[in-house]
Amino acid sequence: MSEKAKYEAGFGSDALKDPQRIVFITKKTSAKVKGDVGRQVMSFPHVILREAIAFQVLTIVLVAIALFWDAPLEQLANPLLTPNPAKAPWYFLGLQELLHYFPPVVGGVLIPTLVVVALIVIPYFNVNIEGAPLWAARRGRRFPLVVGTVVALLAILVAYQAWTVIAPTVLVAGGVLLSNFLSPGQGRLADFLRARPLPWWVMTWFIAVALTLTIVGTFFRGPGWSWIWPWR
Amino acid sequence: MATTWTQQTLNHLRRTRAWKSIFRRGPARTNRTRSLAIFGNIFLHVLPVKVREKSLRLRATYYLGSFSFFLFVVLTVTGVLLMFYYHPAVPEAYRDMKDLRFVVANGVFLRNLHRLAAQVMVAAVFWHMFHVFFRGGYKPPHEFNWVVGVGLLLVTLFLSYTGYLLPWDQLAFWAITVGTNIISYVPILGHPIRFLLLGGNIIGENALLRFYVLHCVILPLAAVILIAVHFWRIQKDGGLTVREDHERKG
Repeated sequence: MSEKAKYEAGFGSDALKDPQRIVFITKKTSAKVKGDVGRQVMSFPHVILREAIAFQVLTIVLVAIALFWDAPLEQLANPLLTPNPAKAPWYFLGLQELLHYFPPVVGGVLIPTLVVVALIVIPYFNVNIEGAPLWAARRGRRFPLVVGTVVALLAILVAYQAWTVIAPTVLVAGGVLLSNFLSPGQGRLADFLRARPLPWWVMTWFIAVALTLTIVGTFFRGPGWSWIWPWR
Repeated sequence: MATTWTQQTLNHLRRTRAWKSIFRRGPARTNRTRSLAIFGNIFLHVLPVKVREKSLRLRATYYLGSFSFFLFVVLTVTGVLLMFYYHPAVPEAYRDMKDLRFVVANGVFLRNLHRLAAQVMVAAVFWHMFHVFFRGGYKPPHEFNWVVGVGLLLVTLFLSYTGYLLPWDQLAFWAITVGTNIISYVPILGHPIRFLLLGGNIIGENALLRFYVLHCVILPLAAVILIAVHFWRIQKDGGLTVREDHERKG
């Protein structure tokens, strides 16, 4: 004799008659229902209060700076009088620096498009989701692959004589190759570098190049996009 | 515990009918009413009711996302005030800049604050993105929220860029010239896109008006919608990412 089930699947849409809900937790579940998430606190007041303080601190700092630092205003716009150099806003000066080296279609269109596409697809590459160190496994295959990529990249950059891109690239490439030869117990920096996964190195390279190009474009470029020293 | 006069007044106020009719609850003394404070409020209901204690640590976020949003709020307020003094026409736009400097009370301060917040917001949004990347905040189930974030970065850049033309001085004119010349290098579509953006082949009155409408209406609306989705998805995707090694250390 089988016992009658105490529940049954219902498809009724009457909220008053069907108040009971069953939750099925499948293997691929969202983080929300995963077991241990640590201690939780109420958003009100813990988050709201902190955000309110952050807003006040930000406003005070902004007002203090805005009181003394004047926004620039030059002469009335004159299409017949071209300043030399004509510079874009600072966040586009990295792009302008690229245009100095590469053909317009590459520096102005292809590279920015690739950067945006790369940023969008980052989370959809489910490779190495645990963030395993680059040199943790299969070193014999990975090392020549990394060396090959670096050499190919540098060859292209040298062909275009893009020196302000080459400098940060060499620096980061040196770091990634050097970290292969580090062993435990060589200090905290060595341990840190050894534990870095590939995405970390790629993003660090991107930030290093973007930062260098922006700083050079802002401070080190003068008439005709020639190299100048800002303190002279 | 002795309560001050303000606390007593506030407590009394919270129990009045008018207060309850507005906020739909009494004082937030229990976890139930604290939850109500979040999901019973149209502005806060996109946020999670509970958060992990670890995600409140300073180094978990450095409040970079919050700062980006607060800068947007500051920019909206100062921007609307600036709109009262601005005509998107040549050469009135430039004359309005002079008025802000020499005629309008606190006009210099208003423009300073708007420009400063704009520069800082671009930097804050970039920093926020890099910080989220290095913490692995883009990983499942947060994939789509990362993409929304990339959209917000682009909107922020376009907002800043369209605002750059509005003073109509030499700096504005030639910065926009350099930028829009890059667009014309896009194969096939380059020149049509540039024509659409500028309302002509040169940067003139039409371009100023288009940049003004983009800067004051279209892009801020896009930003508000994306920000709402961005915040709401934090809650729906199960809160901010807490790193494993932090959990082990406790």
